[in-house]
Amino acid sequence: MLDVVNPSANAALIDLKNVNRSFAKANGDELVVLENVNLTIKSGEIVGLLGRSGSGKSTLLRIIAGLVKPSSGDAVCRGEAIDGPPRGIAMVFQSFALFPWLTVLENVELGLDALGVAKPEQRKRAIAAIDLIGLDGFESAYPKELSGGMRQRVGFARALVVHPDLLLMDEPFSALDVLTAETLRTDIIDLWVEGRLPMKSVLMVTHNIEEAVLMCDRILVFSSNPGRIAAELKVDLPHPRKRLDPPFRALVDSIYARMTQRAEPRPSSSEGIPGTGVGMVLHPVSTNILAGLIEAVAAAPFNGRADLPVLADRLQMEADELFHLSEALQLLRFGILSEGDFLLSEAGRAFADLDTDARKRMFSQHLINYVPIISLIRRVLDERPSHSAPAARFRNELEDYMSEDYAELTLETVISWARYAELFAYDEKAEMFSLENPN
Amino acid sequence: MPNRAPPTALGRALAPNLFDLAALALVVGILVIVAYGAHQADAPLTVLDSTPISLDPRSLPEYALRTTLRMLAAIVASLLFTFVYATLAAKSRRAEMVLIPVLDILQSVPILGFLTFTVVFFMNLFPGRVIGAELASVFAIFTSQAWNMTFSMYQSLRNVPKDLEEATQSFHLSWWRRFWRLDVPFAMPGLVWNTMMSMSGGWFFVVASEAITVGDTTVTLPGVGAYVATAIKEQNLPAVGYAVLAMLVVIIIYDQLLFRPIVAWADKFRFEQTASAEAPTSWLLNLFRQTRFLRTLASRISGAVESTTRIRLPLPDFSRLKFNFNLSPRLIDAIWIAMIFGGALWLGLIVVQFIGETLHWSDVQTALIDGFYTLIRVTVLIAIASAIWVPIGVWIGLRPAVAEKVQPIAQFLAAFPANILFPAAVVLIVHYGLNANIWLSPLMVLGTQWYILFNVIAGATAFPGDLKEAATSFHLRGWKWWRYVILPGIFPYYITGAITASGGSWNAAIVAEVASWGDIKLHAVGLGSYIAKATEDGDFQRVVLGIVVMSIYVTLFNRLLWRPLYAYAENRLRLG
Repeated sequence: MLDVVNPSANAALIDLKNVNRSFAKANGDELVVLENVNLTIKSGEIVGLLGRSGSGKSTLLRIIAGLVKPSSGDAVCRGEAIDGPPRGIAMVFQSFALFPWLTVLENVELGLDALGVAKPEQRKRAIAAIDLIGLDGFESAYPKELSGGMRQRVGFARALVVHPDLLLMDEPFSALDVLTAETLRTDIIDLWVEGRLPMKSVLMVTHNIEEAVLMCDRILVFSSNPGRIAAELKVDLPHPRKRLDPPFRALVDSIYARMTQRAEPRPSSSEGIPGTGVGMVLHPVSTNILAGLIEAVAAAPFNGRADLPVLADRLQMEADELFHLSEALQLLRFGILSEGDFLLSEAGRAFADLDTDARKRMFSQHLINYVPIISLIRRVLDERPSHSAPAARFRNELEDYMSEDYAELTLETVISWARYAELFAYDEKAEMFSLENPN
Repeated sequence: MPNRAPPTALGRALAPNLFDLAALALVVGILVIVAYGAHQADAPLTVLDSTPISLDPRSLPEYALRTTLRMLAAIVASLLFTFVYATLAAKSRRAEMVLIPVLDILQSVPILGFLTFTVVFFMNLFPGRVIGAELASVFAIFTSQAWNMTFSMYQSLRNVPKDLEEATQSFHLSWWRRFWRLDVPFAMPGLVWNTMMSMSGGWFFVVASEAITVGDTTVTLPGVGAYVATAIKEQNLPAVGYAVLAMLVVIIIYDQLLFRPIVAWADKFRFEQTASAEAPTSWLLNLFRQTRFLRTLASRISGAVESTTRIRLPLPDFSRLKFNFNLSPRLIDAIWIAMIFGGALWLGLIVVQFIGETLHWSDVQTALIDGFYTLIRVTVLIAIASAIWVPIGVWIGLRPAVAEKVQPIAQFLAAFPANILFPAAVVLIVHYGLNANIWLSPLMVLGTQWYILFNVIAGATAFPGDLKEAATSFHLRGWKWWRYVILPGIFPYYITGAITASGGSWNAAIVAEVASWGDIKLHAVGLGSYIAKATEDGDFQRVVLGIVVMSIYVTLFNRLLWRPLYAYAENRLRLG
């Protein structure tokens, strides 16, 4: 399949040394997204970057693609520093990034456009790539006429047609439904194993643990805030891999455990790393879903303790989503994450048995006690004679600790939780918090 | 085609700021320099040896063709301008600082006020030749069309999806190829819509710009506009009727042969990834797609056009071009901003000096007061037009069968150059001895009120069926139904229409506040007649003053009323 025997094949395709990347925050400080990343990609391997959303793995992929420059450190592609998109690297996008005004064939030919390939040769190669990826018959269709899975096949064909040495994939299956994603994954892996794909190596970004174990030869587990490679795992299981095989399950479980370990709230440091205190990043999670999760874990067969992969499977959720949920519950002291399991606390069990009003009271008590930004807002509102305060006051405070986007997300979460708990009201038009609830 | 294109530069800040002031100085300053040059030349405009306009209806087809060609030339010029200006503004942050406020002012400047300078300017470029007057006319139409097209393109370019941009980078497309493969297609739906709106506004100006009087000289170009002007001078009412008929035919042909096919074709550039429920159709496009000969012809042509976008230009890769001044970007910014404001200050002084040559503060006061009268006219008329057309538009829009028939008529009426009908109004006013100050006013909205109607129809048509059903099942009727159901539902559409209508009305003031029929001249007090009279007298100072005052009124009116309303409509009331 691949010329692994070729001595030059052992030379690194990509070599990253001490790569850092940071962005400027609102208050002028730097927000570190990637910290000291070292990474080598050789010929003949599929490497997975596995991490939570917002862990900087997409930024890393874009550094390799030449779309983003590192703030410091060396990024080298086949001996040359990366400055702009290097030749021999092609990319598959999460959102497909197809041109809606071009047909399937034209979209695929676009990849060859800038290479100066003659038109007849372009056509030949494009048709070959379309056939390979299972799109024959769709050449003259426009993307909007295709289903999501078919669109991503066009994305693959467009990348493959340039015969890249390295194929970059940015969460290529995450915008697809479960079945379609699985079919496409299997097709790609089959083609890879049969040696029919033109590229030498693949680097893929994912937050789906099972997907990484299913496809990759090597998995780099990313930790967030700032993004760092926390662990490197080799996957030696032969293809085709079966999700239900015990070694497969064991590997998935161990990665779950590794990723939940880091979910413990870390102390806020002077560098403004989001952690505890007011500077804690909150992800918008609906209170309905929180309550639903508590009920699901409290009920049989879990009875208060759930294995995360099993729970994810049962609730048809992505691991990433489940992490956010269980972390929110952990923050509110309704449960604890440990070793890839989620355990309901006493409060969590009690919550499951309460009626709506009692649940609201309990929820509001927990918000005040355990979410510093919410207790801060409530305190300010209580102290002010007008019992109102502009959102900007708290947004500014949050932005001292986190990026504007995260501050916005956190505030959004605060508003929705506080509304459910009837702690305070928010007027979206005026952007004001107040104690007045319309009666 | 649903009207989703936002009107003009609404992404910008609401409050007028220093940059707007600088832009005003820049725009008017350059105008003054042109006017000054024209003034200095001081030679009387050489008389054109063109044949006089004949009122014989048989010469109308030729005139109509000439008028149409002028329109086409202007639209091509507008497109070229749009491509260059919008691209510059979207790709260069520093260019954007100047270009966008300037564009914003440009679209508030009364175009017909321009005519005086530009005619003199172009005719001095080509002394004694018709081409000078032709260029001046095309330029006048161009100035009525280009700005909103440019804004639409600029806004599209600023919103090109990041993933597509990354894909073009990652596949190493050259900037020329990228422009044709990504930028232009992405901007296409908005651009086509705005070009249609521009065209529809353009007929008004083509009619106004074919017969221009500057001082003692009248320049006429063979065309429908000159035909009407001659008919007015000779008090020939049947000839006006023929002109109306000719205009009707021309607009219908334009719509059927040019715009309908383009709109149907441009549907493929819509960015939504889902197939549209109801795609626009065109019989002509279908003919081309289904007839073998025409299809081959079309594919040959498009192939040839496509290959020009494939040309590898021997130009440097601008995205990689880097100047190394060893200066921090902040310092360069500071120098750049200092240059902008320095230039604006200098031009501003020239303007003040130019106006101050003959005018005093009292003249400024007169212009301001006249402007206030016109402001009242525009406000009252838009309010009356809204009170009439909103209920009618809602009634029509909720009945799809009626809407389908009425909508093309409303769009046609919006395109129809209302200034052709002005003589009829003058005849009526004179016959009944009416007060010109009041009864000339409706002419200002004669042509522009239709924008309100067809936008309201579009809004009512798009109103979701489930909300209609919900309102019915909760027994919402009468005023409550209007207040809580339909008015909020159509509000964003109404605002879009009202903005277009009010902008058009300001411009129309220059021709509507002064109307004539043979020797009879009617005159209403206002900034429009102020400018018109100054133009007739060849009093460049007053023209400039009038233009400046009107630009300020329009800009403030937009910023303080329309933009906040539009922002509110977009944020709070946009359904889906």
